[in-house]
Amino acid sequence: MRIVVLVKPVPDTASGGERLRPDDWRLDRQAIPTVVNANDEYALEAALKLTEAHGGEVVLVSMAGAGAPDTMRKALAMGAASGALVTDDALAGSDIVSTARVLAGALRDMEYDLVLAGADTSDGGAGVVPAGIATLLGLPYLSYAAKIEPNPDAGTVRVNRITPTGYEVLEASMPALIVATQALGEPRYPSLKGIMAARSKTLETKGLADIGAGDAPVGGAVATTAVLGSEAPPPRAATRVIREPADEAARQVVEFLAERRII
Amino acid sequence: MAGSGAGAIWVHGELAPGGSLAKISAEVATLARTIGEAAGRDVVGVVVGADPAVAAAELATYVPRVLTVTEPATAEHAAGTIVGQRVAALIEREQPAYLLTGAGPEGRDLAGVVSALADWGVLVNAVGVTWDDRPVVSMSIFGGRLTTTSRFTGDHGIVTVRPNAVTAAPAAAPGTVEATTVDGELALPLVPIVERLEAAGVAAPIEEARIIVAGGRGVGGPDGFKIVNELAEALGGAVGATRAAVDSGWIPYAQQIGQTGKIVKPALYLALGISGAIQHKVGMQTAGTIVAVNRDPDAPIAEFADVVVIGDLFEVAPALLAALRARAG
Repeated sequence: MRIVVLVKPVPDTASGGERLRPDDWRLDRQAIPTVVNANDEYALEAALKLTEAHGGEVVLVSMAGAGAPDTMRKALAMGAASGALVTDDALAGSDIVSTARVLAGALRDMEYDLVLAGADTSDGGAGVVPAGIATLLGLPYLSYAAKIEPNPDAGTVRVNRITPTGYEVLEASMPALIVATQALGEPRYPSLKGIMAARSKTLETKGLADIGAGDAPVGGAVATTAVLGSEAPPPRAATRVIREPADEAARQVVEFLAERRII
Repeated sequence: MAGSGAGAIWVHGELAPGGSLAKISAEVATLARTIGEAAGRDVVGVVVGADPAVAAAELATYVPRVLTVTEPATAEHAAGTIVGQRVAALIEREQPAYLLTGAGPEGRDLAGVVSALADWGVLVNAVGVTWDDRPVVSMSIFGGRLTTTSRFTGDHGIVTVRPNAVTAAPAAAPGTVEATTVDGELALPLVPIVERLEAAGVAAPIEEARIIVAGGRGVGGPDGFKIVNELAEALGGAVGATRAAVDSGWIPYAQQIGQTGKIVKPALYLALGISGAIQHKVGMQTAGTIVAVNRDPDAPIAEFADVVVIGDLFEVAPALLAALRARAG
């Protein structure tokens, strides 16, 4: 099986230091180190397990700034075979429409059985790009997967899609696009061997022209959305600390909740 | 413009399991009605499904006009792509200006499909929408550390709205429901549902809950979630959890709150044995009131909770349960 995993380098959320640039309100990607988006790691882990079980390889595709290769090497170190990075100055400030178009463009000439994407990203948080890509490419779209079971001989794949009451078991012919969730299982840590091997893996950088999108209406210049400004939300009031025996503590909490008309 | 439908603000009416209107859609409809009044534009609900009647009637209590499309294919196939195609076709025909939908899984799937088909931009995870010539959308980003204000650069777009952004309120007078049809093949691949599995312990979507009682590592195991469940029940709330509790298999992933789980904004978040690490904090710090019970006075949650009880949750939580029950009589 050949599986494409869409990965996005995002500011490390553990730092708590993400910020916007004050001049254009775009994400300041220089402010703090980037990591592979956490939900994309679940997609990658699921893809690696599938290729371990069924043979084949995992290929990464990303649309990001020129600094992305360092972060993509981390994903290669987990076990992906190679990667393609679409990067172009014109793509700075891309909106959701552009992102879906560019990633669909990058996938158009590739061969694969499955495309896996994370449920959303920690920086943009939209969670709508994968559906857009599947729509543009006319691929079966299977979202919010808790389980992925391909049947390579039949050329089909089954997915347990998370619903409010349990799961819908979906079946589609391959190629198909699947949205991965954490329920697929915890991502592996790269081994030392994997980190060494990642250094020599192919990481191809492509411009818009290379994916046949040289004239495509994409990037910041044609963005359909614009940020007007930002502000910190009002700070929370100071914390009230209760150090009392359990019964008294409980009484005070209930009183507090009643005062706030929560109960 | 009144009556023509062109330039209108549309609301997607999402179907809950069982065919009623999803709670999020009542909220989105209320928000759309408010900005429609400010903008002087028509507000129209759209419900697409195998049996849209019940949800459509409910949606019509919030907005003046609801269009329904009966689409049998959604009964046995993944719905997002199908509903998205029908809504996109309706948009092309009726020429509304904006589409508002929930920011949950169904709304996100819909927004992605419609965005690609209609070439419309998307503003996501709105926590508020006002009107100034166009929709002005507030979004909470970086886990609530920053609120941005955004708008569309053109006269069209999709807004996904977070649960609990507004409180649902019916309109003064109920609206009308009109059945319509959309011609044309469904061009995108149909994805059949071959089986439905009920998962034990999966309750109402936690994003929609007014009160959430959540457990973390400090709960200690699946047995420890018994008191979490009991407190949630006593408060009429839902049960949430941290990633550590989910990864340990104590509670299903659907209940996870945080960076790779749900983002919630309940009126009350009661955190039991939760340290408040940033990956969890980003999922819940915009809650109206945060009450934490933790043994460690230096836990990060003690810095942003409204109230923190320093103590053993297995002593404090039962006392709290008793106090709540005593109060309820």
